[in-house]
Amino acid sequence: MAIDVLYFAWVREGVGTGQERVDPPAGTDTVAALIDWLATRSPGHAQALADRARLRAAVDQVFVGADASILGAREVAIFPPVTGG
Amino acid sequence: MIRVLVNAEPIDIATEMAAIETGGAGAVATFSGLVRADDGVGMLELEHYPGATEAALVTLAETAVARWSLLAATIVHRVGVMRPGERIVFVGVSAPHRAAALEACAFLIDRLKTDAPFWKRETRGSDARWVEPRGSDDAAAARWQA
Repeated sequence: MAIDVLYFAWVREGVGTGQERVDPPAGTDTVAALIDWLATRSPGHAQALADRARLRAAVDQVFVGADASILGAREVAIFPPVTGG
Repeated sequence: MIRVLVNAEPIDIATEMAAIETGGAGAVATFSGLVRADDGVGMLELEHYPGATEAALVTLAETAVARWSLLAATIVHRVGVMRPGERIVFVGVSAPHRAAALEACAFLIDRLKTDAPFWKRETRGSDARWVEPRGSDDAAAARWQA
């Protein structure tokens, strides 16, 4: 099941793209599992996604924790803690 | 009345104020955030998550309108490239009385900093770096837990 993954800020710069469509293997059920798998895709992915404590995520534009399900999700975003305002 | 705007245009406070001063409001409270020239910052870039940003801001505004019985709530956030002294964010609310307006305005800017997907990058000379979140912002947002 293909998922659009979005990256922002320094995660985007490290991965080298702001968006990619991926097809993770069966059993990739949570945000944490998706990040584990994404980190294997390239050295850039591995570096950008290495420090899990500094990553935040949204599933279909809803902010979630690392243990949230991605089953049926169309869009998962991975990004640093926000710094607006 | 809720108004949320996220774009790269300079923030026009006069226009926003006129919309907030709606009939029945006895009190208007506003907050403007400007780009600081901290330690020689020459340029600030704001990245955001289109769609999710606007949704987060609408949710915040709806929460404030319900909690303080506001007549109007406006959040305008600029994105893209800005220089020191320029407005980066404007929050304005109106209510029948001042206490509700002042509290709701503080709530909106405190929670915007932790709940909306924006990221700042500062450039000093040729050195650009992403701004790290501050613990004081989390503490400010947490005091509004109902």
